[in-house]
Amino acid sequence: MTGPFLHLHPDDNVLVARASAPAGTEVKLANITATLAHAVPLAHKIAYRDIVAGERILKYGMPIGIATEDIAAGAHVHIHNIRSAYTPTHALQDANGQSPEASK
Amino acid sequence: MTEKFQGYLRSDGRKGIRNTIVVAYLVECAHFVASKIVAGFDDEDVQLIGFPGCFPNEYAARVMGQLCTHPNVGGVLFVSLGCESFDKVRASGTVASTGRPVETLVIQRSGGTAKTVETGRAWVRSALQEVAKVERAPMGVDELIIGTICGGSDGTSGISGNPAAGKAFDLLIAEGAACIFEETGELISCEDIMAERAKTPELGEELRAAVQKAERYYATLGYGSFAAGNAAGGLSTIEEKSLGAYVKSGDSQISGLIKPGDVPPRGGLYLMDVVPDGEVRFGFPNISDNAEIVEMIASGAHMTLFVTGRGSVVGSAISPVIKICANPDTYRALEGDMDVNAGDIIEGKRSIAEVGQEIRDLVVNVAKGAQTKSEALGHREFILTYKSFDPIGPSCLPAV
Repeated sequence: MTGPFLHLHPDDNVLVARASAPAGTEVKLANITATLAHAVPLAHKIAYRDIVAGERILKYGMPIGIATEDIAAGAHVHIHNIRSAYTPTHALQDANGQSPEASK
Repeated sequence: MTEKFQGYLRSDGRKGIRNTIVVAYLVECAHFVASKIVAGFDDEDVQLIGFPGCFPNEYAARVMGQLCTHPNVGGVLFVSLGCESFDKVRASGTVASTGRPVETLVIQRSGGTAKTVETGRAWVRSALQEVAKVERAPMGVDELIIGTICGGSDGTSGISGNPAAGKAFDLLIAEGAACIFEETGELISCEDIMAERAKTPELGEELRAAVQKAERYYATLGYGSFAAGNAAGGLSTIEEKSLGAYVKSGDSQISGLIKPGDVPPRGGLYLMDVVPDGEVRFGFPNISDNAEIVEMIASGAHMTLFVTGRGSVVGSAISPVIKICANPDTYRALEGDMDVNAGDIIEGKRSIAEVGQEIRDLVVNVAKGAQTKSEALGHREFILTYKSFDPIGPSCLPAV
């Protein structure tokens, strides 16, 4: 068990939040216990271990994209640091999972 | 399981779970008049559908014909402006050949807006009395066609709602139902694992080719089948969304590949190829979720399982929509719109199998006449646009 996070498949290098996790939450990862620097919204992902640029991101044991930069264990994994191997992802200002009102 | 309920028996032997009168406008110019006719029947099952375009389109004509002869439909009123290209003679002939009451009102020949509305309402009043006499017949799960889509997906959809819908599909297919999943543009990266589930290797190749076609089509358009809200909900890429969407199909063998308007010939699991054939024309394949729901209904779906994470509130004309909410926060926020709380799976309160069983049982209750939340709220969304398809290939529906 990794606190409020799910490790969906043994091969996965990301965890998925099963509830919104506030900043400061401690999460047991592959090699370390990390403290979240920022809140992670429900269903968003964090790195289970250090990921290097160009590495495939695995969720459900399947590739869901490619890291565009080095990602430290415990960091938010999303459109700012991974890309599709197929078509670019379209997103708006709320892609970090915070509503525009909340980020004001 | 031999649970029976009372269906509406149609002349072609198919049975419906609803007995709707549809009022169909044949061009946007007749939309207002058609909606005024329907507005006179708030307490009756009278629903508005239509096609907005003035140019002819074989896909739209075929889908309209399939919708108007859907087993949930008892009678049809076509509303034409008069000068549009839609072939209303063919459409009304298709309906008349099934024995259903059908009428076509041409606004230009009926005295304009007010008189057409008056004449239309009078026709609907008499048609309601006629369809109330339709023969009822016992109907089983093995006569149901169930579609599934996901819309407003987020990172919970693939963990809770979609696997639960997939479990319900497995249960329904085991009872003999035909189940349809779709949106090949949201199966990108799943083509190999999906092809392995095909009944025959040749069908597997067809499944693979359908997804590859979707990939090319969306690449040309410059956007994947991915909305901004998907990203806000934690999905980062189309392949992540696809893997989550794919599990709606459950674990059953895939019996065939169909296109919109093709009715599954028997029970089993079918993939609907919704991406047009040929060069990229007419824009995005399905411009919003209801376009997908309409295509499922054109292929005979009696109801649609709709999995949402962000929180869609839509229903549909003709066939009820069962709303399965994958996200527990969304469920709490939109409980009045949601039929099933699959968010329990995320919170560890219930298993995928338990929620899958709840969905299967709800399908039977809705077939018996229970209203879904969107149905009770009066949601009757509908959209039909331009597309172009070739017929399915010979390997798409392998014999038993």
